[in-house]
Amino acid sequence: MSEQIKVTIDNITVAVAPGTTILQAARQIGGEVTPPAMCYYSKLEGSGGKCRTCLVEVSKGSEKDPRPMPKLVASCRTPVSDGMEVKNITSPKVLDARAGIVEMLLINHPLDCPVCDQAGECHLQDLSYEHGASSTRYEFDRRTFEKEDIGPYIQLHMNRCILCYRCVYTADQLTGKREHGVLDRGDHAAISTCIGKALDNDFIGNVIDVCPVGALTDKTFRFKNRVWFTKPVDAHRDCPTCSGKTRLWMRGDEVYRVTARKDKWGEVEEWICNTCRFDKKQASDWKIEGPSKIDRHSVIAQGHYEGVLKPQNFLPEVIGRNPKLLMNIHDVSGVNKNDIELSKLNGPAHSSDFDKK
Amino acid sequence: MSKKILLEHAHIEGIRFYETYRKNGGYRSVEKALKMSPDDIVEEVKKSGLRGRGGAGFPTGMKWSFLAKPEGVPRHLVCNADESEPGTFKDRYLMEFLPHLLIEGLIVSSFALGSNATYIYIRGEYAWIPDILEQAIAEAKANGWLGKNILGTGFDCEIYVQRGAGAYICGEETALIESLEGKRGNPRIKPPFPAIQGLWMRPTVVNNVETLAAVVPIINMGGDEYAKIGVGKSTGTKLLSVCGNVNKPGVYEIDMTISVEEFIYSDAYCGGIPNRKKLKACIPGGSSVPILPANLLLKTAKGENRMMNYESLADGGFATGSMMGSGGFIVLDETQCIVRHTMSLARFYNHESCGQCSPCREGTGWMYKILKNIEYGHGKMSDIDLLWDVQRKIEGNTICPLGDAAAWPVAAAIRHFRDEFEWHINNPVEAQTRNYGLAHYADPIHVPTV
Ligand SMILES: Cc1cc2nc3c(=O)[nH]c(=O)nc-3n(C[C@H](O)[C@H](O)[C@H](O)COP(=O)(O)O)c2cc1C
Ligand code: SF4
Ligand code: SF4
Ligand code: FES
Repeated sequence: MSEQIKVTIDNITVAVAPGTTILQAARQIGGEVTPPAMCYYSKLEGSGGKCRTCLVEVSKGSEKDPRPMPKLVASCRTPVSDGMEVKNITSPKVLDARAGIVEMLLINHPLDCPVCDQAGECHLQDLSYEHGASSTRYEFDRRTFEKEDIGPYIQLHMNRCILCYRCVYTADQLTGKREHGVLDRGDHAAISTCIGKALDNDFIGNVIDVCPVGALTDKTFRFKNRVWFTKPVDAHRDCPTCSGKTRLWMRGDEVYRVTARKDKWGEVEEWICNTCRFDKKQASDWKIEGPSKIDRHSVIAQGHYEGVLKPQNFLPEVIGRNPKLLMNIHDVSGVNKNDIELSKLNGPAHSSDFDKK
Repeated sequence: MSKKILLEHAHIEGIRFYETYRKNGGYRSVEKALKMSPDDIVEEVKKSGLRGRGGAGFPTGMKWSFLAKPEGVPRHLVCNADESEPGTFKDRYLMEFLPHLLIEGLIVSSFALGSNATYIYIRGEYAWIPDILEQAIAEAKANGWLGKNILGTGFDCEIYVQRGAGAYICGEETALIESLEGKRGNPRIKPPFPAIQGLWMRPTVVNNVETLAAVVPIINMGGDEYAKIGVGKSTGTKLLSVCGNVNKPGVYEIDMTISVEEFIYSDAYCGGIPNRKKLKACIPGGSSVPILPANLLLKTAKGENRMMNYESLADGGFATGSMMGSGGFIVLDETQCIVRHTMSLARFYNHESCGQCSPCREGTGWMYKILKNIEYGHGKMSDIDLLWDVQRKIEGNTICPLGDAAAWPVAAAIRHFRDEFEWHINNPVEAQTRNYGLAHYADPIHVPTV
């Protein structure tokens, strides 16, 4: 066992292995303390650092060099040092910057969740629900692209893409060939294949799973059902290409969709092959293990009675006490105190009446 | 005072070619340096106080001493000749007229850093310069200054010229390295810094053209002598590329003791503002640095004369100061419109953002669109505050400094010229036909008398 080092995030201290990033350390704690991550993906080398939603404030660099870091840092790409102190939800600066990032991510996003297939399991939806504003200050036309089929199974709807590069790393690292990447730059950059080529290698379906938004969707499932009406169950089959461990999204006995299993951070546990994903749509193709464990906050949890994971509440630890109402009316005002008989007052009650005793 | 060190021989006929260059004292620094130890050269550069001329002004000797030197791993020196910052064209002048000076500096620096393969990454639009450089490299090689076993010291060095493909972002050192490796020019996420893992994951130093050229006089005269030129931490000479409303635009070499006022009005330099116009504003260090109105340009907030050096230009922080930056000196006279000018910069950054990180990718486009609205008479008063807020959300939250570089000009324009924005919004029709802003920002002190 190597030496463990200590890092404090939002007043909660954890011991982690050297080289751990702030985000991974925060994930060890869990709950609200964990910054949202739209681009980082622990299974994809080189991912992260781009979306900037995971920015945190390092208020103390380390035990050796306690100076704070001058700028907010991307927690997904910043390793911890011993004695480091990090502020996430306890830093107004972080919350302000994050609200800004969410706004930026949304200004060119279509916001047509009602007709988007990802709705219900979209990380951008969750992110804007938790950190976004209720209205937009953006008054211009949104950028638009044509929908594009990349291969027989996958549709790319670039309008919804947040350029997290996850699919690029996936295509690069899982499939050995570089035929999927980013063309052009800035706000006109687009995911594309080289060039307009169909992607048809065995594992390319995984790009659908890593995509945090509805930019890459499964053509065998598109518009067949809303995800929250389907029930996720874990299943497996003997597959010569991949582990065969998948999640089936069922309604009754019908398999609507097959995906990889995801952990509570929305990351794929084991990559699956195209055959499992696109071709095995009969319940009889699979050995069903039972209902998948789903986070309670997820829309998918609705109508799901087994295996719902209740998120842990860390607020008491973060703020050092139990959360309470901003103002406890019982403490502040004597109105509810029994010893003042309101009916005996001459005229309307004033605060001074309550101070008398 | 005009002091020519880098450009001392620039006027000599044929200086671009080896024979003439050598006759005028060229390659002396290589002869001298290769007899020194690499560490001693780094020490001389440290003593010289030379600061990076690419924009950030980081002390070069210090940067060199950070270079990791793991056993058996090659190291690289990369010369950043991407020069794409609007208003900056000093490196181009150096490379075009004094290619051998750069090559000489590169040989000495490569020896100091232990780089056997050194690269010049040059802006794609400088289409004719690679030929000039390659010819100089071939001449240097033919005369034994490059190649194997240089001057019998056992030191091998090759210099390769690589053209960029037209992206400002490839001037950012890690994007440059990615591009040099044949990849998409996206800046890397730091750390690791290039000094530890740069080109092909090997320790790498990236320096600006002018920085590396300045190594030649430093070796020739010694670090201590060089440090005597200039003032404080602004040692040596600096090249400035001047454009805009001045009588004599061009590239000037200055020692950093003169005042901004002298630089703009003296006949030795810019020669004043043409057509008896008044000075309104100036961007002293390339498009990314804050613009200053005439009064704050000539005098600091404390009322002292502002001087042409790193410290004085930055005096007052961003509230009342600016930066030396890359030395792109852009002068605006009283007829120039700040809103239009800011819009055009915003368009540039929008076009040049690599698009990796959300605040820069989305924010630069947003700022451009708002500015376009204001400029073309569709602005609202609330747009000014919105613009301020958008730039604030970008600044400091991005992967590379391009985000900051996009935010600063907008912030400074609003900070110093807010009522010009308001005037545009209140006078939408006039703002389009007249197409210039408020003259009351113009320099009250200087009315040129001709
Ligand atoms: C967007 C951007 C563009 C840049 N362009 C250039 C450039 O064209 N030339 C340059 O020398 N440095 C440029 N830089 C600065 C480099 O990243 C780097 O700091 C510089 O090459 C270091 O050299 P120096 O220490 O000699 O100044 C740029 C930086 C950024 C963020
Ligand atoms: S398509 Fe999806 S996974 Fe790929 S970059 Fe866009 S948002 Fe990310
Ligand atoms: S700040 Fe802009 S240019 Fe720099 S990495 Fe981010 S998107 Fe690219
Ligand atoms: S998750 Fe860290 S920057 Fe995107």
